[in-house]
Amino acid sequence: MVARLWQWFDARMPSVAEQWRIHAAGYYAPKNFNFWYFFGSLAMLVLVIQIVSGIFLTMNYKPDASLAFGSVEYIMRDVPGGWLLRYVHSTGASAFFILVYLHMFRAMLYGSHREPRELVWIFGVLIYLTLMGEAFFGYLLPWGQMSYWGAQVIVNLFGTIPFIGPDLALWIRGDYVVSDATLNRFFALHVIALPLVLLGLVVAHLMALHDVGSNNPDGIEIKKNKGPDGHPVDGIPFHPYYTVKDLMGAVVFLAIFCVVMFFMPEMGGYFLEHNNFIPADPLKTPEHIAPVWYFTPYYSILRAVPPFFNSQFPGVLAMGIATLILFFLPWLDRSPVKSIRYRGAYYKSALAIFVAVFLLLGYLGVKPTTVWGQFKDPWDILDTKDVATWVARVCTVLYFLFFFLMPWYTRRDKVLPVPERVTH
Amino acid sequence: MGTLRMLSAVLVLVPGILLGAETGYRLDRSPHDPTDVVSLQSGARTFVNYCIGCHGLQYMRYNRLRDLGLSDAQIRDNLMFTAEKVGETMKTPMTVKEGKLWFGVPPPDLSVVARSRGADWLYSYLRTFYRDPKAATGWNNQVFPNVAMPHALWTLQGERRLEDGKVVQASQGMLSQTEYDATARDLVNFLVYVGEPSALDRKAWGIWTLFVLGILFIFAWLLKREYWKDVK
Amino acid sequence: MNDQEKPDKTRRNLVVATSVAGGIASLGAAVPFVASMLPSERAKAAGAPVEVDLSKIAPGHLEIVEWRGKPVWVIRRTKEMLESLKVAEARLSDPGSKSSQQPEYAENEYRSKNPELMVMEGVCTHLGCSPQIRTAEAKAEMGADWAGGFYCPCHGSKFDYAGRVYRGAPAPTNLIVPPYTFVSETKLVIGEDEKTKGA
Repeated sequence: MVARLWQWFDARMPSVAEQWRIHAAGYYAPKNFNFWYFFGSLAMLVLVIQIVSGIFLTMNYKPDASLAFGSVEYIMRDVPGGWLLRYVHSTGASAFFILVYLHMFRAMLYGSHREPRELVWIFGVLIYLTLMGEAFFGYLLPWGQMSYWGAQVIVNLFGTIPFIGPDLALWIRGDYVVSDATLNRFFALHVIALPLVLLGLVVAHLMALHDVGSNNPDGIEIKKNKGPDGHPVDGIPFHPYYTVKDLMGAVVFLAIFCVVMFFMPEMGGYFLEHNNFIPADPLKTPEHIAPVWYFTPYYSILRAVPPFFNSQFPGVLAMGIATLILFFLPWLDRSPVKSIRYRGAYYKSALAIFVAVFLLLGYLGVKPTTVWGQFKDPWDILDTKDVATWVARVCTVLYFLFFFLMPWYTRRDKVLPVPERVTH
Repeated sequence: MGTLRMLSAVLVLVPGILLGAETGYRLDRSPHDPTDVVSLQSGARTFVNYCIGCHGLQYMRYNRLRDLGLSDAQIRDNLMFTAEKVGETMKTPMTVKEGKLWFGVPPPDLSVVARSRGADWLYSYLRTFYRDPKAATGWNNQVFPNVAMPHALWTLQGERRLEDGKVVQASQGMLSQTEYDATARDLVNFLVYVGEPSALDRKAWGIWTLFVLGILFIFAWLLKREYWKDVK
Repeated sequence: MNDQEKPDKTRRNLVVATSVAGGIASLGAAVPFVASMLPSERAKAAGAPVEVDLSKIAPGHLEIVEWRGKPVWVIRRTKEMLESLKVAEARLSDPGSKSSQQPEYAENEYRSKNPELMVMEGVCTHLGCSPQIRTAEAKAEMGADWAGGFYCPCHGSKFDYAGRVYRGAPAPTNLIVPPYTFVSETKLVIGEDEKTKGA
């Protein structure tokens, strides 16, 4: 009976079966995918989780400056199961960034950004930037002190851009300070505009990938070695092998997700910040404004750059370049091999230093600049004596050197011979 | 040479500085027990008798106090001073305008204060008021210097004052120090509960969910292993 | 059973078992989402039972109170009003209230716990307008045989003093009687009785 229904449908819309063949049952992926290859499908899972929980939150949330904070508490207390909806969404936001960072790191490990996958990488960086925007707009919605002042600071950063800055900031806010007008438009952008953009970019990201085929931990092109049936000898159909493996990965991820969501949703104040349980007060600036943890590496860079000619713009510029330079990775990397398994000490050290620097910048970003105390008096000639700021400056330089010097050290690096067939 | 000096300075200073970064009063750990229903009831009683005159709990409904093992009638008869119906919220009768006029700053709503300040801060704050003739209200606080709030529980704790930088008891209150600490603990317990009434629920559901996911994992893993036998 | 069939059977069984486990987990996950659409505590508090002071209601007077966003009528019926109930019976669609909505204690000839006090929702069962009272004196407007009751201005439905609908009216059923209790001689609670207490 079901078979007859399917035949009726398939005769009228054969593209469904065709798409299933192209992207699942007939998509031959390398058979040596390892742990690092879970994060793409997990990120997609979290996208779905955020959209579904977001829809139900929107049924009860009020995007009005006088009602927003109260509506979140209404969801937490008066809506049946509302507390769960809220925690799913807040945990999901942080989970999304953890997964995306790990997913991007995989690319840097195995050269998934290299030719012919530059477009996959570019769409990916666009997804990352859009995700940052989505998180930024979403964070204003609870209308707590951190929401308000974080938005105020970031929008003011746009105000430092020469010539157009102040008008741009006014246009973004819709008012002279972050206010109800800002809240309402950020709500529209967060709930509809950016999710649609994200979905479109994810589709493009996957189409670009499937058109050239996936990379693998050895960085070799499996399509170069095809069997008598026309399929890569080192390839296996995505369905059923990777659908089944990703299902297992998803269950493990959901278990970790649930441990956090049910037992430590605040995560020590990093996923749900303590100060955000104070309603926004335009007249009272909190002692310590920091963005949410996933923005802090870039925030560190922003703070580390001193003002020039009374303008914070150089810091803003540095922060912007730090993000945008990611686009150029496929062309900065000049190594003859893709995967770190066959690269030399230069790239391995550079990548290790980059990870350490990124994490350290992230840590420093959540803390006030005084966290590591001050240098003693002989250093008076410096603009600041905060130890942490100087460490952040060193880290910022190292961060940029990782990219700027890459064409040189990837070309000079020793490489190992790359195998013909994939290894595990 | 300067860079090397700086780098070595960083390497030497960092470990030492990492240890002590926070300044201010060293907070005591709050000994409250979220599962102690009697403590929560006691905290609720203290709140409606001493606090709700100025501080609202606007996101908390009276009938939610059923969580504390109380019936609607008990809530209505013993705890409901600021509402007519048990489904209403625990608002304060003091208006924002009045609060501002009388204290300079309206007393904040305390529905989620336990989530912003934390239990340890609240427990320490409630126990470190002292007499200060220079303060507008005549009271000051070691955790929150120059706070606009007077010591609402002074009849229970008695008066204390600063003598050579140390706090000494100036007059006796209705409770001994241990009894007062217990009262403060119960009040903090209540405020933590009010901050997130579904906390215990959430943990209970978490255990069930992990159990279900555990079973699902076993099947998903067996399924993966079975299919991957094909792959060499 | 040969070697080829055995792994296929294992596979099929595992797929079925995992699907069942996954289905149960998904259903469980769906519960809080679906439940979140049920009335919230705020909606339930706003829909809480309403108290009425009966000492303020004189004989023949119609008191209107709001309950769950609807007008509820409390009318202290006079002897004449009660007698008119029998007069009207022949012209009613459902004099025994067989297809109409009311609690058990209102399934009698007066449609109320206490014959003197009639409690009913003032919402026409046609399309929801609120009818107006028309006493027995309004014969000029309502016709010579009008015994008194209610008239809905929207589409002309007529009801008697027990909320029962006249034949020929677009309204299909009698006016709804909500749950109610007499807490004392002078206090009536609408929205709550022994069965629905705490709902």
